[in-house]
Amino acid sequence: MSWFRKEEPPLIPKLKEKERPDLWVRCKNCQEIIYRLEIERNLDVCPKCNYHFQIPAEKRLSLIVDEGTFEEIDKNLSSVDILKFKDTKKYSDRIKDAQKKIGKKDAFVSGKARIGGYPVFIGIFEFKFMGGSLGSVVGEKVTRLVENSMENKTPLLIFTASGGARMQEGVFSLMQMAKTSAAIARLKNMGVPYITVLTDPTTGGVSASFAMLGDIILAEPKAMIGFAGPRVIKETIKAELPPGFQRAEYLLEHGMIDRIVPRQEMKKTLILLLDLLSH
Amino acid sequence: MIRHYLEFEKPLKELEARYEELKALSMDGREDFSSEIEKLEKKINKLKQEIFTNLTPWQKTLLARHIDRPHTLDFINMIFKNFVELHGDRNFRDDPAIIGGFASLDGKTVMVIGHQKGKDPKDMNAHNFGMSHPEGYRKALRLMSLAERFKKPIITMIDTPGAFPGVGAEERGQAEAIAKNLRVMSILKVPIIVIIIGEGGSGGALALGVGDRILMLENAIYSVISPEGCAAILWKDGSKGKLAAEALKLTASDLFELNIIDQIVKEPLGGAHRDPETTANNLKESILSHLNEITQLPTQLLIEKRYEKFRKMGVFTEG
Repeated sequence: MSWFRKEEPPLIPKLKEKERPDLWVRCKNCQEIIYRLEIERNLDVCPKCNYHFQIPAEKRLSLIVDEGTFEEIDKNLSSVDILKFKDTKKYSDRIKDAQKKIGKKDAFVSGKARIGGYPVFIGIFEFKFMGGSLGSVVGEKVTRLVENSMENKTPLLIFTASGGARMQEGVFSLMQMAKTSAAIARLKNMGVPYITVLTDPTTGGVSASFAMLGDIILAEPKAMIGFAGPRVIKETIKAELPPGFQRAEYLLEHGMIDRIVPRQEMKKTLILLLDLLSH
Repeated sequence: MIRHYLEFEKPLKELEARYEELKALSMDGREDFSSEIEKLEKKINKLKQEIFTNLTPWQKTLLARHIDRPHTLDFINMIFKNFVELHGDRNFRDDPAIIGGFASLDGKTVMVIGHQKGKDPKDMNAHNFGMSHPEGYRKALRLMSLAERFKKPIITMIDTPGAFPGVGAEERGQAEAIAKNLRVMSILKVPIIVIIIGEGGSGGALALGVGDRILMLENAIYSVISPEGCAAILWKDGSKGKLAAEALKLTASDLFELNIIDQIVKEPLGGAHRDPETTANNLKESILSHLNEITQLPTQLLIEKRYEKFRKMGVFTEG
């Protein structure tokens, strides 16, 4: 009867201190402390204030596309430190560290998929990869995605989450704004629908290029959206910013976006729009 | 005449003042200072060689922002004739940070548009230091569409620290205004020549920066972010602008090497502000020769080539 003495395996595998996810999370918006699982069960939306947390690209895909339909493209594009840029750390090391930590080559995942049966080309930012910054790789992947969408006359859908241009690539990152916008111009000429979904945060070079060029622009509730950062604006005008400034609701009120769509309803809304645009 | 001296220009101050003085004195013809003037000229030239031949990226940044540097309106007056400024975006207001209008260039009508910084503190304030609100970019786009309708080439001059970061600017869609310019400029059916004449700051510069040729004055800079802004974020210390200026590769020679710009337009020794006329002449010559090349192209090919120009910008590996 040796099994009596067998040691029970722990119910939850033991993780090292730094690997253990915190059980409790503080909401960035309402500052409430919430049980982690409760947030996760709620599609990473704060149950107290409806703040939509940033989510990894995979999670986004699982919420939006029909199961098993996503085929990733341009997966192996990787950044090059052309300027030999070094601030407090070498850019080449920053890339390596981010790749190791996130398990992706850069800050944008793209491919084709189906949503409610409708074929789409879809791109999603990975904010955790250097703040979703727009460098040569992201710019090239967005442009190729647009070109794919044109060649196949298939609607394009992009979920943005980015702090802006990737400074470590200098003027090359600036030029990605022109490159992607030029591709969008051609897409528009062909009459292929382009929908953008702005998630928290969408600022700088990404907002001032393809994010704001959607035929239809949706946003998640309370997402921070703007060109300049609030700190810079505050320092420039030397005054307090209006309440709700640069949040999705504020942009809706000022006529800058079409709709705010909660995460629970995003897929349904996208299917409806794709349906309306194709009949 | 130079009114303001940057720190590294200061050794020239006394000599140049003395030079101006002697020139003025010999104007009334009572005394002959020609030999002294000649000696002084040699001395000044030698000093200028020493100071200006190996400028650091940070020194170029300061030169690009020099208050006495010729700005868009100066170049318009020196290069073009019959400039008729046109105002307003037809939606909100006239933004004085960007100016534009029809003008003639050697007898041919063109649309010229540029950021205007201002020449003294009062004027700078009036033009908001060349920092545009959305309505400035929308005015520029309106004028560009006008040029397209009448088949006139477009010449843009870039000289801005960046788009204005303010509450109204954000409310009225700074990001959308810039994005739309990038999109529409990429398919305009007329030739576009872009010239970075001073400071090319970020998206606010690029909003006038999509074209068939990109020229840059020798001491101008063009960057994704100001060196100070970059330093504040990456070094967590805004005073490290000097380091950021080195790292960003923002000078004309860097950008020519990186294949971002098509031509560096020479400035006279000592910088554009020491001799605006010669700078304007050099610039005019470049504009004419590039315009001559691109106006020959059929419209479809012109647009195709413009797309390719930006399409290939970016460096990455695959596989």
